Amino acid sequence: MVAFTLNGAAVALDMPAEVTLLHALRGPGGLSGPRFGCGTEDCGSCMVLLDGAPAYACTLPAGSVAGRAVTTVEGLGTPDAPHPLQTAFLAEQAGQCGYCLSGILVSAAALLARDPDPDDATIKAALDPHLCRCGSHNRIIRAVRRAAQAMGSVAA
Amino acid sequence: MSGFSPGARPDDGRPKLPGSMHANRRLSQWLAFPADGVVTLKPGKVEIGQGILTALTQIAADELDVAPARIALARTTTGESPNEGVTSGSLSIQDGGSAVRHACAATRAIFLQVISQRTGVPIERITVEDGRFLGPDGAEIGSYWSLAGAGLLKTEAPADAQPKPPAARRVAGRSIARLDLPDKVFGAARFVNDLRLPGMLHARVVRPPSRRAALRGVGEVAVPPGAQVVRDGSFLAVIAEREWEAEALATRVAARSTWEETDTLPEADALAEWLDEAGARGESTVVVERIADGGVGAAVRSVTRRFHRPYIAHASVAPSCAVARWDGDVVQIWSHTQGVYNLRDDVATTLRTTTDKVVVRHMEGAGCYGHNGADDVALEAALIARAVPGRPLRLFWTRAEELGWAPFSPAMLVEIEAEQAADGTLVGWRSRITSNGHSGRPGRDPNPTLVAASYLADPFPVKPSINPPLASGGGAQRNGVPFYRIPSMRIGLRRLLEMPVRTSALRGLGALINVWSIEAVMDELAALAGEDPLDYRLRHLDDARSRDVLERAAAMAGWRGRARREGWGMGIAAARYKNGGAWAAVVAEIEARERIFCRRLWIAGDAGEVVNPDGIANQFEGGAIHGASVALLERVTFDRRRITSDSWEGYPILRFSEVPQVAVEMIDRPELPFLGAGEASMGPTIAAIAGAIHDALRVRVRRLPFTPESIAEATA
Repeated sequence: MVAFTLNGAAVALDMPAEVTLLHALRGPGGLSGPRFGCGTEDCGSCMVLLDGAPAYACTLPAGSVAGRAVTTVEGLGTPDAPHPLQTAFLAEQAGQCGYCLSGILVSAAALLARDPDPDDATIKAALDPHLCRCGSHNRIIRAVRRAAQAMGSVAA
Repeated sequence: MSGFSPGARPDDGRPKLPGSMHANRRLSQWLAFPADGVVTLKPGKVEIGQGILTALTQIAADELDVAPARIALARTTTGESPNEGVTSGSLSIQDGGSAVRHACAATRAIFLQVISQRTGVPIERITVEDGRFLGPDGAEIGSYWSLAGAGLLKTEAPADAQPKPPAARRVAGRSIARLDLPDKVFGAARFVNDLRLPGMLHARVVRPPSRRAALRGVGEVAVPPGAQVVRDGSFLAVIAEREWEAEALATRVAARSTWEETDTLPEADALAEWLDEAGARGESTVVVERIADGGVGAAVRSVTRRFHRPYIAHASVAPSCAVARWDGDVVQIWSHTQGVYNLRDDVATTLRTTTDKVVVRHMEGAGCYGHNGADDVALEAALIARAVPGRPLRLFWTRAEELGWAPFSPAMLVEIEAEQAADGTLVGWRSRITSNGHSGRPGRDPNPTLVAASYLADPFPVKPSINPPLASGGGAQRNGVPFYRIPSMRIGLRRLLEMPVRTSALRGLGALINVWSIEAVMDELAALAGEDPLDYRLRHLDDARSRDVLERAAAMAGWRGRARREGWGMGIAAARYKNGGAWAAVVAEIEARERIFCRRLWIAGDAGEVVNPDGIANQFEGGAIHGASVALLERVTFDRRRITSDSWEGYPILRFSEVPQVAVEMIDRPELPFLGAGEASMGPTIAAIAGAIHDALRVRVRRLPFTPESIAEATA
């Protein structure tokens, strides 16, 4: 049994502690947002936030998150109450196949939480752990900038 | 993406219908009105990340006069969907879009006629608003749904159905948002990887340690409850109740299995020489031969060059995945294949059953850029699921399988000799292209082409991949014929008849090296003539659309006013994809540091009628970034037995910090046919980067990728 906070709710998942967090989230956790891409921390498809910081769910043992807070793309927002990043990604049509977006969105959320007005170089550095094969990078960068502006204007 | 299409057989004696409609002639194959206010559109082309579902919805909305939101897309399924062959070759809008437009136009006309007859209101006085047919006073006199039970779609489309004139389109031609993107931004379960069926089991394949290795034995392995090891010849797999159990069991079984290995791959360090030798043993054909009929200046200078490219991987961000379930003697497969019918045929052949016992249901996968592992994993899921009748089984490849066992785009050689007259005019062109075939797709040969088929106890032979003829787009020779005015030309092709590394179609096919090599020679000829690369190209182009894209890209980039910057360079290149598809011209700017970085791309395109301007810009930009990645980084590596570039570390692709800024402008031609957008920008991008490297370093690279090593070779 592994107990932690998942997208704001307490969960206790029936599984061995040494199995990866990604299996926990997609298996007993019932989520689909965190995605498997490589299993070696090279592509970022599985990225989640662990106590607010990006972490590779594909290599992290589920047991290591006991008592901590895990946020996935599902925890950022919903179609009815989207995160500004999700709104911005739709506004910029920032994606093609979209498989990489779950991980990119949580990394971008972590970036904006620590730097509300990042420049392009900072955005690229934050997203460098993520692979996008369809070539939507520039749209994604624009979308992160757009979300930062939207969040900034709300705060102001 | 080899351009074979079952819709393109116009000479069968039947009235010609547009695109895929020709082979799928009944309106009910394309459309249904299942419930009030709902239109079901049934495409045979599938979403592979390119946005096709959105574009088809736009076309249908316009021709039917319904709001796009009313249109529901049926999942492409064998036996239920029109057979549109493979979603490939940048033909989805040409084949599928043309068919949908025709089917919807015909449907609207038939409903208009019937409603007119039933109400006595003349057709010209009826308007259609969001699916409701209104009389002259604005009152509803019928709808698609009021007549849904009348069987009006149970008919062949008339050949003379008239789609709306371009000026009457209200949805097609506009940038409407992609229908699939919200699911992807909210992490919804949309991909086949996300499919969860009741009682579903998980599987992993235990791959041979090297190509063609034969399984000699499997030692005793502890198996968790409900799990099992499945073996058929050298095809070895495991099944477990939970995914992580399957993963762990596969690792244990791999450690306890013994294989007989042999050297089957060529010397990686001498790949170009091996291609030349194997080409000499291969099948030679003349692609194009024409002799000048006089009036041509005598050749005074020539350029003779040889170009080489490595095997290239698809490198999708998700490994391939499929779910299969046997119910009696029928197997259902959920797959991200590009062609449900083609896959069905190969699965049936391999299982030694009939096609009516195999049902393939399309579900989206991660981005697809050609014939990747989608079909392979689908067959494997079906093979493994035989051990657990009645239970759905999900098979997910590993990253190493995806980068190591999916088909690759073939390594190639291109040799070119070009001649120019005293005034610089290009007068002669001879080239020879050497390659494995670019299509190993399923469903086109009596033998299955899927990887597991040759590892079974009763195996199928592995045949070298075929190469589509130029008439259907060509494979190795795609874009091998320069689109410039050249009086004398001879293009030869040598197809390898041995295939140590399995090859098939990847975005651009032979166009990647052909466009680059042609444009590289054009740059050299321009330099010999003392002319600017843009001017030299323009004076050998008669076609206005070719000239237009070049001029537009040059203007976007400020080509004519460019200033030399130390360590930086600019290059320009253009092509018409498949010589009959979309035009793309690209200006690239690179920075030469410890390696080459592509910093900016300016792209002008012409894909005929544009259904979704933002979608097409996205495709052109994505193709260009893909091209930049191929140009600068990508190369499949191997030793004599195994593919060694089977991780992201071994097969790097461009990351965010390395991606160029991209500007795309499309020349919209709403009155002209669709031309397809997914592949056009890739070859010219590679070529423009090569030109930019010369501009910066005065080095003409001859081998992809353009790394410090290949630049050093060209300098020596």
